[in-house]
Amino acid sequence: MKRIAAIFLVGLGLAGILLAQGVLSITGAGATFPFPMYSKWFDEYHKKNPNVQINYQSIGSGGGIKQVTEGTVDFGATDGPMNDEQLKAFQEKHACAVLHFPTVLGAVVPTYNIPGVTGSLNFTPEALAGIYFGKVTKWNDPLIADANKGVKLPADDIIVVHRAESSGTTYVWTDFLSKVSEEWKNQVGKATAVKWPVGLGGQGNEGVTGTVKNTPNSIGYVELIYAESNKIPYGNVRNAAGVFVKASLAGVTAAAAGAAKSMPDDFRVSITNAPGKEAYPISSFTWLLIPSKISDAAKRDAIKGFLSWMLSDGQNYAEALSYARLPKEVVAKEKKALSNIQ
Amino acid sequence: MATTTTIVPSGGPVAGSRSFLSRLRDGDEIARLITFLFAASVVLITALLVYELWQGSALPRHQFGLNFFRTSVWDPVFDQFGALPFIYGTLVTSAVALLIAVPLGIGAAIFLAELAPLRLSDTLEFFIDLLAAVPSVIYGLLGIFIVVPLMRNGIQPQLKQYLGFLPLFKGPAYGLGFLTAGVVLAIMIIPYIISVSREILLSVPRDQREAALALGSTRWESTWKVVVPFARTGIIGSVFLALARALGETMAVTMVIGNTPVISPSLLSPGDSIASVIASQFKEATGELYTQSLIELGLVLFLLTFILNGLARLMIVITSQRGSGTGLA
Repeated sequence: MKRIAAIFLVGLGLAGILLAQGVLSITGAGATFPFPMYSKWFDEYHKKNPNVQINYQSIGSGGGIKQVTEGTVDFGATDGPMNDEQLKAFQEKHACAVLHFPTVLGAVVPTYNIPGVTGSLNFTPEALAGIYFGKVTKWNDPLIADANKGVKLPADDIIVVHRAESSGTTYVWTDFLSKVSEEWKNQVGKATAVKWPVGLGGQGNEGVTGTVKNTPNSIGYVELIYAESNKIPYGNVRNAAGVFVKASLAGVTAAAAGAAKSMPDDFRVSITNAPGKEAYPISSFTWLLIPSKISDAAKRDAIKGFLSWMLSDGQNYAEALSYARLPKEVVAKEKKALSNIQ
Repeated sequence: MATTTTIVPSGGPVAGSRSFLSRLRDGDEIARLITFLFAASVVLITALLVYELWQGSALPRHQFGLNFFRTSVWDPVFDQFGALPFIYGTLVTSAVALLIAVPLGIGAAIFLAELAPLRLSDTLEFFIDLLAAVPSVIYGLLGIFIVVPLMRNGIQPQLKQYLGFLPLFKGPAYGLGFLTAGVVLAIMIIPYIISVSREILLSVPRDQREAALALGSTRWESTWKVVVPFARTGIIGSVFLALARALGETMAVTMVIGNTPVISPSLLSPGDSIASVIASQFKEATGELYTQSLIELGLVLFLLTFILNGLARLMIVITSQRGSGTGLA
């Protein structure tokens, strides 16, 4: 009996060693927004390629940029592209570039809580910039009221809610405001965290939502997926073509299609306020950050293998999880760019 | 462990007369060394902490110098960082918390120690200890779901209506802000004050009370004029323990303070505290200067607690020299 147990244990140990040798573990960290998508992808990819295991920590876009720069993870992920300074820092540290690969698309929506108002409000870019700048202070301000004829807006103070911590959602939101307001661009700017002229800070999408829900006459911004899965009302935003668009996957893809034609080679493109009648103006890509030089050949092949699967079969999983898939032109361009990973 | 029959007073002169080897064999010396290491580790950890914070904040210390304490801009886009709003928020919320918690806590402790029947006192003490052990995030939720709506719809409009002429109660009633954070902190620290103060009051020698009663004082007079002054050093100690917790509280504060770095004389205004801004921004701070500025904030908080603890010691020394001399501190 003892002997059988011993043989069993040795066998188990051997199997463990074999397994450990056979499975290649890749780690990544970053954006929280695409996390449901990524975990689905990594899971599916592992099923198809049992020898590759990708672990992803959703620590936020800023964290993703930080960790990939420090070299503590194999790849990073972010909702806002790295800026030139961050690219330079990476180049200096690793003697190679960091490449951006768009994976899916998302959108940010304005959500509000005004007693007595139930329908979707229309927001012009000027109104949103004014509200977040603290210049539009009442709900019945003409900037808001003129776009919402027939809605009875109260004469109450607008309570502005924003994210308290750094976040990719904030990046997309301030990127949009920077594009539509010169003043915002010069005085506040776009980043994952900014110096907010007015407002209260909430922790995470849930913190912003909670504060908006509990505070009458407030406005905040959250990710479209979060708003949809939690049944939060959100407003329409006027796009560059002058049409008020309610955020939807189709609207996001339309915004991406407009930008696809002029996609730069490094994929660092902002698609907020994109042209096109159907385009939802506060849309964005989300990116994986991959070092251009990966010395471990097995890891390099595995990462490239995953990327090319993600760009083809992987895209089919997007809609089911409420993400917008990449436009064809972008996919083709990314497939070419895979050869840049060496 | 000890096989010898003689009783050795620990660390006394008698121990010194025996040879080192025999003490080693008996285990005394080993025990002494090990416990000494444990005690020394406290100092080591403190030193390490200061060193790390100091090293980690080199960039903003050189760039901003003392201006870090004087400016109130916190702008990650243009790399301008000032600690003033956070220091202000930390001090204001802690002050509000103490203002509410000290009278309530000490009052409750006096009742439990002096006036309540022992059985009731012990039962209540059980609940108070339970409250002291509740994780702070739970208090944060309590704040968001109960205190904030109560503040916004009930208390703050009333304050504005009747005391609105004071700069303390101006501005819109958000529900979130300094006052709310202070109230939530007060709820969190009251159990500490009650629990420690009650123990101190209970340990006041019985003859003190009896002497007062024998001199013809009433129950309340003996409590208020004899027992409480006798125990005041310990009570002050409990208050500073509570203050330390209030200063460093992170989760509950960040959930109800509004996370806006402003300095406003109004308690209704949203604000931010040191611990709260570190918790909410450190994880995703990008750029060396931003990260290091947050670390320097940690250093500031450390200094703040250091100074306040020093003041507490000073106060205890002064009050115990003035009389009573309880030795309870």
